[in-house]
Amino acid sequence: MNQKLREWADHRTGLETAVRSFLYEKIPASSGWHQVFGSVAVFLFMVQAFTGILLAVNYAPTPGDAYYSLRYIITELTGGSIIHNLHHWTASAMIIFVVLHMAQVFLYGAYKKPREATWIVGVILMLVTFAFGLTGYLLPWDNKAYWGTVVTTQIAAKAPLVGPYLSRLMGGEGPIGVVTFARFYALHVMLLPAIIITLIIFHIYLVRKHGVAPAPGDQGPEKSFFPEQIYKDTVAMFVMFAVLFLLAVTVQAPLERLADPTDKNYIPRPEWYFLFLFQLLKYLPGQLEAFGAIVLPGIVIATLIAVPFLDRGNVLRLAKRTTAMAAIALALAGWGGLTLAAIASKPETQTVLGLTEDGVPESWTQLLPEELAGIGYFRQEGCASCHRVGGLGNEIGPDLTKTADKRDVKWLMQHFKKPSSSVPGSPMPAVRLTDFQLYQLSIFILKLTPANAAAFQSAPDYAVKGAILYSESGCSECHTVNGEGMELAPPLNAVRDRRTKEWIIQHFRDPQKMSPKTIMDPYPFGPENMENITKYLLSLPPF
Amino acid sequence: MAAVDSPDRRRFHVVVIYGLWSLISGALSVPAFIYLFWPPIAKKKEDWVEVGDLAQLPERIPEERSFQRMRKDGWKLTSEKASVLVTRTSNNEVVAFSPVCTHLGCSVRWAPDRDSFYCPCHNSTFAVDGKVTGGPAPRPLDRYEVKVEKGKIFVGHEPKT
Repeated sequence: MNQKLREWADHRTGLETAVRSFLYEKIPASSGWHQVFGSVAVFLFMVQAFTGILLAVNYAPTPGDAYYSLRYIITELTGGSIIHNLHHWTASAMIIFVVLHMAQVFLYGAYKKPREATWIVGVILMLVTFAFGLTGYLLPWDNKAYWGTVVTTQIAAKAPLVGPYLSRLMGGEGPIGVVTFARFYALHVMLLPAIIITLIIFHIYLVRKHGVAPAPGDQGPEKSFFPEQIYKDTVAMFVMFAVLFLLAVTVQAPLERLADPTDKNYIPRPEWYFLFLFQLLKYLPGQLEAFGAIVLPGIVIATLIAVPFLDRGNVLRLAKRTTAMAAIALALAGWGGLTLAAIASKPETQTVLGLTEDGVPESWTQLLPEELAGIGYFRQEGCASCHRVGGLGNEIGPDLTKTADKRDVKWLMQHFKKPSSSVPGSPMPAVRLTDFQLYQLSIFILKLTPANAAAFQSAPDYAVKGAILYSESGCSECHTVNGEGMELAPPLNAVRDRRTKEWIIQHFRDPQKMSPKTIMDPYPFGPENMENITKYLLSLPPF
Repeated sequence: MAAVDSPDRRRFHVVVIYGLWSLISGALSVPAFIYLFWPPIAKKKEDWVEVGDLAQLPERIPEERSFQRMRKDGWKLTSEKASVLVTRTSNNEVVAFSPVCTHLGCSVRWAPDRDSFYCPCHNSTFAVDGKVTGGPAPRPLDRYEVKVEKGKIFVGHEPKT
């Protein structure tokens, strides 16, 4: 019955016959483990298609939303981070295996007549794989994606002759926005998959048409593709998959903060497989940039395509293919050297004062200098040894995060001077500070809520001491911070975007030297104070 | 070469091929299944919205009150207008019904002439306590959580189904 049904179906569809002739294809006796790379590359593409479709069902392909939907996939959907990580790590693995496959074919001279077309399609497949990497890089829409793609599009715009057209095709010049994003997305999920699937089918068809290339002198009886070679392919795929799956479970693919086109401190770096090109551009002067970024890779690609026509001799044993080996060694050395140089020259990420790891201003930077100075007196007087603030401190006195709706500055200052006068029987000792210091302490305490207390208390020492110095020196008589102060002199928010630390220090010592028309007096602070106040000023976010 | 073709060797190859492919398919489909079918990890929010004074609510005459609520829609948090039908029962308790018909989701309103909630789409009617009194509706109106504090009525963010 089963047999009859199969025959009936095969007679109508021819599927069984097709699968059989695919599986039982005869391959040379010399086939073996060295030929698994191509199969693994196709397998990795299938993993990418599978995880890519899964990502797409919860992904919003527009700037902004792209980032938030990806974060939703990673943080709120169970299994989402594994799928995203798998897509991320497999992308790199696919590049590796496509290149390994090409290197193997090159070393064995398997591109020789009549397999020239197979080779050329293979070169194009490698380029398409790179294009996947390039377009996919933008899709998370984090800072890395944005800035990396800014560089890519600028390079493309510099291409001789076609530059302006390429640039327009990628959504126009100027900052990357919705148009570029939509085009990269369309390439990544529609055009490139269509191209790669067509070419993979064509590539495999050509391999079948010409047969797997035998090693020179291969006299042995032919083997069957199934199960011998498929067994080797499967083991290789499984090993690779196990590695990638482990990576996906243990190593989170990076997702930086939301793309910020105004971030001047971000140093873009491409994905590792493009680092060599990135490094190469560093060595070339401006006018040679287009040469390094477009012409040179163009020559390399043209040479790769021409390989079967340049090398037309008889197929030699692997050990005798010294030129091919030298070429591979040279390519590896060039690529490896440039990549290592790029890794070694990785600039230290500049730590911007007053920003959290996510790059948002710390909440204490939103305080006025007087309020921040209040934290200093709060610490100096040891208020937390009796009062509870945001889960820290003892519970002898009342919780200070609940003061604001009951008390005001006047009450607090009175209370500090003589605690028992306002709270009869209070065991609190008087706070011996000047009126101005007590005022600063009061306004800080009135700012406290259960929600902000811990964040405010994390204000670093330099900021607190810098703020005290700022208040005592009367800086606000001319400058503003967070909108408070007189506007006689430049506002100090975001001064880090305009001046360096050295400049500010020099300016304190000799204002007229740095800005000749200023009426500011010199402030020759001691080394520690100078360090504190400059660091505090550098921590001020844009207002 | 003869050894390679032996039946034992061949059987070993086939078993390994099927075994490894099953492992790969499993490792891919289990996370995919969870990813597609598990609900998102939601952060539980217990927010209350004020919908008016108890004193101004007449007894046994439902009134529609609207409010703004934040709704989590995938990766988006959207602010939307929502409304409830609040009723003061005889023993001074407040009930809040969702104005969404349990039949096919049309808007239900209070019809004083029928002394019931009425859905204009398919003529479902609900008594003042939300029970179905006529039409195709399959279950009573959904209720919101309600609390009264200092004379103000508060309802939960979403109806409890």
